[in-house]
Amino acid sequence: MDFTRSCGVAGALLLAATLASPASAGEPRGGGKLLLTNGISTIEGSAGGGLTPWAVIAGNATKDGVGVQSGITVAALRSYDFRSLDLAIGAWDRIELSYAHQRFDTNKVGGKLGLGNNYKFDQDIWGAKLRLAGDAVYGPALLPAVAVGAQYKKSLSGAIVHAIGARHSGGTDVYASATKLFLARSILVDTTARLTKANQTGLLGFGGDRGGGYTLQAESSVAWQLSRRFAIGAEYRTKPDRLSIAHESDWADLFAVLAIGRHLTATVAYADLGAIATEKGQRGLLLQLQGSF
Amino acid sequence: MLVFALLLAAAVPAAPPYAMPGEAAVAPYQAKDSNAEARPYTGDFMARAFHGRAGIARVAGDLVDRAYADPVIGEIFKGHDKVRPTRTLFEQFCYIIGAGCTYSGRDMIASHKDLGVQQADMNRLVELLQRAMRDEKVPFAAQNRLLARLAPMRGHVVQK
Repeated sequence: MDFTRSCGVAGALLLAATLASPASAGEPRGGGKLLLTNGISTIEGSAGGGLTPWAVIAGNATKDGVGVQSGITVAALRSYDFRSLDLAIGAWDRIELSYAHQRFDTNKVGGKLGLGNNYKFDQDIWGAKLRLAGDAVYGPALLPAVAVGAQYKKSLSGAIVHAIGARHSGGTDVYASATKLFLARSILVDTTARLTKANQTGLLGFGGDRGGGYTLQAESSVAWQLSRRFAIGAEYRTKPDRLSIAHESDWADLFAVLAIGRHLTATVAYADLGAIATEKGQRGLLLQLQGSF
Repeated sequence: MLVFALLLAAAVPAAPPYAMPGEAAVAPYQAKDSNAEARPYTGDFMARAFHGRAGIARVAGDLVDRAYADPVIGEIFKGHDKVRPTRTLFEQFCYIIGAGCTYSGRDMIASHKDLGVQQADMNRLVELLQRAMRDEKVPFAAQNRLLARLAPMRGHVVQK
């Protein structure tokens, strides 16, 4: 049902892309980005690393066209299962609009928490990103691509997130990212600063008994490109900790990404998400398949 | 007789780089290394990775062949002379790699003027260069080091 709903959203975004017209003169041109330079799909739908958005625009199109990408991500943690489905449109290598649906399955912990076994937290995330300046690959070696973005998140488990102490079931994250591929070292670096009230990306609501205002969080990805198609890397993302009954940890992962072709990218990551909803040591494997045009 | 021939050859000035025999002539310009628009590597690490001037010549020749025959960007070069870009591209790569060449070609704005190169075309050329370097068995890190010196030229190559 949620995925049916997601497909409806996907259709609406595609329609928007079709109706959009290029800002510059000339025939719009699809495709043309270098492999992997659209990033992968984050679990929040924006193009980037797996956990953090980058200052790159989704899809394969360059400044002369409009592209799309879509990914499915699954993660199996010690106590929980997570999956997200996303769709993003990238226009003229400038603007990105994204949607993601996240589902967080509490498995047996749900029963322990009195929610019932296999209780699922669901969330919708709508994102917009604007690349302000620079380029992740081209131009001066020390001028990164710089982008700002926002993610409006709405928990579909409102009553429950209020019951566990969250102040709101919806909220908006605002972030700024700088991303550069240092070709001379084959290393890509992203740094992102995020203002957020979200508990566990918003799956556990927004704000809590330890505060309700925005917190400033730092995120970073480092990737080492080993071939045209293959890169490995690591990510780190700091998180707020606003619910005293459910301590929240920073997130980290190690990942490997393979461009199987121009339109298909596979990612495997080992993620350490720390404590989630009373359960510590939530480590596990994350897999993503992403298509892009 | 031989001495006379040598003297004669020395007395005839070499053709200016904008009017080399066997190449399409271009508007006169002043040749200088700074036209290559990149700082050359020092040391011989890069030259060895590219297998010296012979390897660089193979990469440049292969790249021009691939670009002219390419279904995506081949049209850009349709009707253009192939001899001159093969030579100037070799010189530019060789100069940047630090393999002991001087660059006698035009600067990047002049040499790409009116070609109508879009971003996707430049990316395609990068891919073809990557293939040429891969076939020459240039290690990937060295490939990216050459690209690192080419990437800043984007603004002079791609049409606004």
